[in-house]
Amino acid sequence: MRFQIRRSTRSAAVALVAGLALAACGGGDDGGDGGATNGAGSGGDAVSITFLPKNLGNPYFDTSDAGGKKAIEEFGGTYAEVGPDAGSPDAQVPFINTAAQQGVSALVVSANDPTAICDALNEARDADVKVVTFDSDTNADCRDLYVNQASTEGIAKAQVDLIAEQIGDAGEIAILSASANATNQNAWIELMKEELGASHPNITLVDTVYGDDDDQTSFDKTAALLQAHPNLKGIVSPTTVGIAAAARYLSTSAAKGTVALTGLGTPNQLREYVRNGTVTAFALWNPGDLGYLAAYAAKALIDGTITGKDGDSFDAGDLGTFTVGADGEVLLGDPFTFDADNIDQFDF
Amino acid sequence: MSAMLSRPTAERPAGPTYADHSRPLWRRALVSREFAVIALLAVVFAWSQGNVDNFDGPLTLYYLFLDTAPILLIALPLTMIIITGEIDLSVASVVGLASVAMGVLHQDLGLSIPLAALLAIGLGAVAGAFNGLLVAYVGLPSLAVTIGTLALYRGLAVGLLGTTAVTEFPERWTDLAKARIVDGSPYPVILIPFLVLLVGFVLLLHFSPFGRGVYEIGQNAEAARFTGVNVARTKFWLFVLAGAISAFAGVYYTLRYGSARGDNATGLELQVIAAVLLGGVSIFGGRGALHGVVAGVLLIGVVSSAMRLENHTANVISIVIGVLLVLSVISTRLLAWVSALVSRGPGGRPPLRIGRRRAAVGTNGTSTTGTTTTSTTER
Repeated sequence: MRFQIRRSTRSAAVALVAGLALAACGGGDDGGDGGATNGAGSGGDAVSITFLPKNLGNPYFDTSDAGGKKAIEEFGGTYAEVGPDAGSPDAQVPFINTAAQQGVSALVVSANDPTAICDALNEARDADVKVVTFDSDTNADCRDLYVNQASTEGIAKAQVDLIAEQIGDAGEIAILSASANATNQNAWIELMKEELGASHPNITLVDTVYGDDDDQTSFDKTAALLQAHPNLKGIVSPTTVGIAAAARYLSTSAAKGTVALTGLGTPNQLREYVRNGTVTAFALWNPGDLGYLAAYAAKALIDGTITGKDGDSFDAGDLGTFTVGADGEVLLGDPFTFDADNIDQFDF
Repeated sequence: MSAMLSRPTAERPAGPTYADHSRPLWRRALVSREFAVIALLAVVFAWSQGNVDNFDGPLTLYYLFLDTAPILLIALPLTMIIITGEIDLSVASVVGLASVAMGVLHQDLGLSIPLAALLAIGLGAVAGAFNGLLVAYVGLPSLAVTIGTLALYRGLAVGLLGTTAVTEFPERWTDLAKARIVDGSPYPVILIPFLVLLVGFVLLLHFSPFGRGVYEIGQNAEAARFTGVNVARTKFWLFVLAGAISAFAGVYYTLRYGSARGDNATGLELQVIAAVLLGGVSIFGGRGALHGVVAGVLLIGVVSSAMRLENHTANVISIVIGVLLVLSVISTRLLAWVSALVSRGPGGRPPLRIGRRRAAVGTNGTSTTGTTTTSTTER
């Protein structure tokens, strides 16, 4: 008995030591790029750009960051992607602080909160880090440039047009959004309400629910929506996680084909549901292009080609030349509508 | 004797035997869970200094303290609650509620920041008192009560502000939350209230009758009551403390990020509990010490900071911290075995117990020996 205890003591000790050694070694592999220690921008040779999405494990940001990586490989630089697990407002701050500590050349960030990360971003800029926001902006005085995927008005209108067409311009609809504080979702929802009121008087928005960009929560909220509103004719989900979860729910429920679903989604997530008739058409831009453009914008800032003021223009590789608009905004273009006819041309 | 054996406390492995006190002080201090965490913290810190790029930079400690301050603060009262064998899962929701309350009081009622902060802390104390009332006086299990209030307080917080956030705070105060004690030093101002509270909590937990009562409740609430500890009142005030200090953390949080939102600090409760457990506090109650907990919080902070500097993402960091936590729980058993082996010595002599020391087996002696022997065989 005592022998057994001693043996397990020993193996536990070995496990402990091994675990610690493993944790310690995990960090040591990429010590080579330490040139950033003593302030960035010592020369144009070592461009390091870090992508900080709202959260990791989100196919949308996987695609956008892959676009950024492609651009960085084209012009030669170091790409890194870091981020929190969950899209909570403060979770990005430690990563921004880390970028400041590392003295990277530029940080490309999609903001979970327009204000909460502001001070951290400005501290990073004080440490000579160029800050480009993409997808979701911060306050304009916290970043050098904002790469906008599409104008807020354009996106709101595209979604309202889609749902109006799909439900015959009359009836009850509901919105399944991301988190209750998500910057761009809330802006779109506001404009969608205006657009509905102005151009579609027969459509009533009966409810707005929040799935927190979590698959299961969004799925449950969809189920609750259908329960609470038996006359519901359509759901608009302006978030890729939400629309996929809603489509998954609808495709197995009696409401399939009778309750229309549209919003912002990615082709890979919705391909199956477009084919089986749950979803007719949905909108989005190409997030890969967005990340690609953001990386080129960061590069232009690092090189000093542009400073982010109105009228500056820069070259963005395959995408052509872009011009900075008011408030340091660069616009990618109009949203794109995906449907059964064109969905197979896309893979993201 | 048989009645003694059937008592639940006799099976609790974490309870101290008299063997704990038969060893010299230095060994009791060094061969302990707390010291293991402190040593690990020192090792990880020293290793990171030498091997992680930019870890030795001037910003590392500064950000480390800014980031861990809410966890450090909340860990103080939560340690005491967990030592009594209870738990408070609602602390992060109280952070969010206090944050929102402060924002609303400042923006809509035009109160000054100090007044809004005080009222928010008062609200936190009330929220804590509600938990305490249900747990201590109504006698409901704290796990169930605080899961309920976790949702309740978070719901109130989100309900008060809806989808909006209050961001108009005077720069004087938001700057104060991030200020350094001395210009250029890595120590932010928030450490001052933390250190004051730390001293207060160390005195309260380790050097006061109240604190002894806290441990006693964790060992055996029934026995504690018979020895004159007011169990209900002790628990009640611990929950009030947890509420008030969580609210203070909420005030700090609001000013640091300049943003009062309903979803502020979501999930923070698990980080605090993880740090407290990593610091050597037993989830069953009855054991733990504040120096271990502070080291536990800082260890998680240093590991996260170093791994972020190496561009590891949050999920990898979570995995490492999860592994650390599991290992630390295993190490409790490990240390118990090691210290038992050490004090047993080559002759395999069992550790001394009071009942045997004087070889006088009276009525009291019998029951003491009976209990401790049982717990040894259980292991």
